[in-house]
Amino acid sequence: MIEVGSVFFPLLGALIAGFLGRAIGDRGAQIATVGCMVLASICGVWLFFDVAFSGNARTVELGTWIASGTLEASWALRFDTLSAVMVGMVTVISTLIHLYSVGYMSHDSSIPRFMAYLSLFTFAMLMLVTADNLVQLFFGWEGVGLCSYLLIGFWYDRESANAAAIKAFLVNRVGDIGFALGIAGVYMLTDSVAFDAIFAALPRLTGETIRFAGMTLNAIELCGVLLFIGAMGKSAQLFLHTWLPDAMEGPTPVSALIHAATMVTAGVFLVARMSPLFELAPFALGMVTVIGASTALFAATIGCVQNDIKRIIAYSTCSQLGYMFFAAGVSAYPAAIFHLFTHAFFKALLFLGAGSVIHAMSDEQDIRKMGGIWRKVPITYAVMWIGSLALAGVPFFAGYYSKDMVLETAWAAGTGVGRYAFICGILAAFLTAFYSWRLIILTFHGEPRADAHTMAHVHESPPVMTVPLILLAVGAVLAGAVFYEPFVGHHFQDFWRAAIRIAPENQAMEAAHDVALWVKLLPVLMGASGIALAYLFYMVFPTVPAQLAERFRGVYLFLLNKWYFDEIYDRLFVRPAMRLGQMLWKGGDGAVIDRFGPDGLAAATQRATRAIVRVQTGLVYHYAFAMLIGIVVLVTLFATGRL
Amino acid sequence: MNTLGFPLLSLITFLPLAGALIIASVRGDEETVARNARWTALWTSGIVLLLSLILWFRFDRTTAEFQFVEQAAWLGEWGIGYHMGVDGLSVLFVLLSTVLTPICVVASWESVTSRVREYMIAFLVLETMMVGMFCALDFVVFYIFFEGVLIPMFLIIGVWGGPRRVYAAFKFFLYTLLGSVLMLLALIWLYLDAGTTDIPTLIAHRVAPAAQFWLFIAFFASFAVKVPMWPLHTWLPDAHVEAPTAGSVILAGVLLKMGGYGFLRFSLPMLPDASEQLAPFIFALSIVAIIYTSLVALAQTDVKKLIAYSSVAHMGIVTLGLFTLNTQGIEGAIFQMLSHGVVSGALFLVVGVIYDRMHTREIAAYGGLVHRMPRYALLFMLFTMASVGLPGTSGFVGEFLAIVGAWQVNRMLALLAATGMVLGAAYMLWLYRRVIFGQLTKPELKGLFDLSPREAAVFAPLALLTLWMGIYPSSFSGFYGASVANLIAQHQAAVQATRQLAGL
Repeated sequence: MIEVGSVFFPLLGALIAGFLGRAIGDRGAQIATVGCMVLASICGVWLFFDVAFSGNARTVELGTWIASGTLEASWALRFDTLSAVMVGMVTVISTLIHLYSVGYMSHDSSIPRFMAYLSLFTFAMLMLVTADNLVQLFFGWEGVGLCSYLLIGFWYDRESANAAAIKAFLVNRVGDIGFALGIAGVYMLTDSVAFDAIFAALPRLTGETIRFAGMTLNAIELCGVLLFIGAMGKSAQLFLHTWLPDAMEGPTPVSALIHAATMVTAGVFLVARMSPLFELAPFALGMVTVIGASTALFAATIGCVQNDIKRIIAYSTCSQLGYMFFAAGVSAYPAAIFHLFTHAFFKALLFLGAGSVIHAMSDEQDIRKMGGIWRKVPITYAVMWIGSLALAGVPFFAGYYSKDMVLETAWAAGTGVGRYAFICGILAAFLTAFYSWRLIILTFHGEPRADAHTMAHVHESPPVMTVPLILLAVGAVLAGAVFYEPFVGHHFQDFWRAAIRIAPENQAMEAAHDVALWVKLLPVLMGASGIALAYLFYMVFPTVPAQLAERFRGVYLFLLNKWYFDEIYDRLFVRPAMRLGQMLWKGGDGAVIDRFGPDGLAAATQRATRAIVRVQTGLVYHYAFAMLIGIVVLVTLFATGRL
Repeated sequence: MNTLGFPLLSLITFLPLAGALIIASVRGDEETVARNARWTALWTSGIVLLLSLILWFRFDRTTAEFQFVEQAAWLGEWGIGYHMGVDGLSVLFVLLSTVLTPICVVASWESVTSRVREYMIAFLVLETMMVGMFCALDFVVFYIFFEGVLIPMFLIIGVWGGPRRVYAAFKFFLYTLLGSVLMLLALIWLYLDAGTTDIPTLIAHRVAPAAQFWLFIAFFASFAVKVPMWPLHTWLPDAHVEAPTAGSVILAGVLLKMGGYGFLRFSLPMLPDASEQLAPFIFALSIVAIIYTSLVALAQTDVKKLIAYSSVAHMGIVTLGLFTLNTQGIEGAIFQMLSHGVVSGALFLVVGVIYDRMHTREIAAYGGLVHRMPRYALLFMLFTMASVGLPGTSGFVGEFLAIVGAWQVNRMLALLAATGMVLGAAYMLWLYRRVIFGQLTKPELKGLFDLSPREAAVFAPLALLTLWMGIYPSSFSGFYGASVANLIAQHQAAVQATRQLAGL
């Protein structure tokens, strides 16, 4: 039962650490969770090769979950290429993050709780990717939502952490409305929530329409849009992205787990998983492309001016997820998943590297207060370079292969939205390289800007942290080159098999291999210029950025304040909801319903009883009086002939 | 028809009454009486629970027929008889009542110190009324139990309640009374029309479509108050706030289900045409309930009031699901009622724990409890998540199915109902944050102790049920699947018949 092992070992670890944490102590909890994760990753990697490369796709049924009429959702573990890729990647990266956490969290007071949350999170993610129906996928979906809430708010003494945790949960829930309705829509359309049955039924239903809010819409399109709204929430796409930067309140390993391997990639996974549906929904795909492309550029612009090391990387995640989405939007699902796969390695690396920096700098996160430490933390410095090179798409690091593929498919799609995505992606590639090197230079080079006390304590992290970093660095170097051919090469269909369906008219994947040379070279060129500009700004002419910020103060503030999304949402939704609640309570319940309802009636009854009979008061009398009213009503009705 | 050979339903209905009589006959000093009352109540409700478990194991899940049926002549010449029985729609509510009662007895063990004997008597009488109400298959018997429930509950709030208990009890009584009177009229009308009060016969009896409207309104007046549906809900927050913890548990756990059960047992099967016609009206009220009360819950400063308002919102999902008149909608509504019975009951107990320690329900009086009460924080989190409807907990299944059901009726309806997913999360998580998270700065909270073994024993079965219902709901939905299918088939046949008649 290797399939069950790969998914349920993390749960076992979580239960042991969570419930026996006090008995077995910090060390015991660490051993239990890391041990379980190692076992899970052995299973996961084995499955990755067996399912994806040997083609032994299979589904393990565990039991019935929800059954209501024809709506039947089972507990099942579905392993096809798509889920095997995800399981392999998630278990491996999560294991490394667990290991890293042993070192990073060593001074924390509640280690078992932290390890339990991490493992539970991994379990939820694995349930999500191995679901064989939409409802179990939703289980995993909400499970990672809960765990991210718990982990972002891990340091629950901090007000900001609590606020960020709630915000993450709520913004995700907004997306979940879309997801839940999408499931309802798919069920009504296909009479099933299981993937195989849905995919089998869909081709017959292309002409189906549905009424929604007075409009008649194509049913498949509507389902696609709704499911994508769910994906936008989870993957922090434009309009529902506001939770992600705030989620940095959590401990750094959490950021790595949430923003690299898991959770945020769930939205991309969903779109890829539902490719048979999206292939029949060109409008929904167009929306995926436009939102993805816009997010890629939008998040990159913000990343350029942020000063918190983790927030910069968070915005880069947001932006990279945009790349994945627009690839999926032009029907290049394999390219999207390939980028997801390589991104997991280098983004986990960057976050854990950032954690190592923070660790070294005595919990300082502001890059304006860093600098000049690269000699003291050589391993961290080296891996941050590797991660940034991969992120910027420099040949021949992992990101180079996947990001280029994504951009080539966007161009090759030949559609208007494809071109838009390509332009956004190219611009974002330039900005990505720029802010990555801004981060590296400000963090490691130049004069030390921290106080002497902090500087004296700067030290390289212990091996338990650096070994995972080095392993991830190996992934960030090699994952692209090694897996390029099977994932997105000429014979990609032999690798993905039935897991991803691409309509014959959507040729972006094939055409991407034959795009003009300039399309292939442009991303690299943009990346190189971005690096060069950052070098000029922060190494050669360090006064220029400040002058620019002064000169274009409006633009700078606009970007620094993240396009004012938080403020707008606060004005538009949060405050009105609170005010409305207050109003409905005091006004609606108190001043209207109660006044004219029970209180008014009670007063009226009392007056009436006093008037009619002076001696009697009390409940029995009220009872009789009410009955009297009833009889009057009855008689009236009889008389008017309604009965 | 009764395969057991003994009248199980009557036994579990009236055994608590026997227990109450025993308690009433105890003599001695106050301490002895209180101890005896507690133990007798626990033993009685425990035995009733064990007996009721026979229903769980022996209930035939493949049929929509009434089972464990008992019939006795009573007022035979008038067509009124003592008739008891359960089907898939009622059997789990019987179990819900028998599970919650012993939990309430244990939960009141230390927190109730005055008039313990009377308190325990009230709870046992309450159990008789609740179980009898769900088992009754004669309308008159049903009516007696349905109204009888009010008396002990009225006393529990009025005697053992908080400072404004009289106002709350009075408001509670006034609301429910008005509905009761109208239901009595409907009962009389039905009796005159069909010549019997036997419920299975009444279900088979066709009421003239023109009369259905008025009967529906009369039933509605009674059931909508119990649910409670907006705008008849304002008694609930006051009643909850003033009621002692165990009273709130039963109120939220079982009494609110009487309304939903009433719709399910009477309105839908007996008045199919009116149910169809008035469904939009019910939908409108349900949607208002979900959004309005969720927003009001956001504004609350009192823990109990907040949870009371959340109950109204959750019951909005129930009424919405019931009147979708499709499989997912009705099954979702039933499951939501069961789940809400467990979860809201548990949440009121959660509030009770800190109320017992601090004697305040002000949210602002708390903060940072996780530092002193980690186990409590974990349980509170579990029930919060169940209330929010997280998959894997019981709260998800009903809400999800009801939304799926609503979608099939009208997309906008489903969208509006789904906003409850966000609002519900907002007020619950914000509550949790204010009570549990943050720094423990208030000096009076520094001496708090975590759950006692007795409190843990109260929560354990509820936590177990919450997870069990969430992870393996089919063990519950199997009970009512056949009955719901039958209900829908009957409904469609009836509506069809009316249409044909109108066509002629």
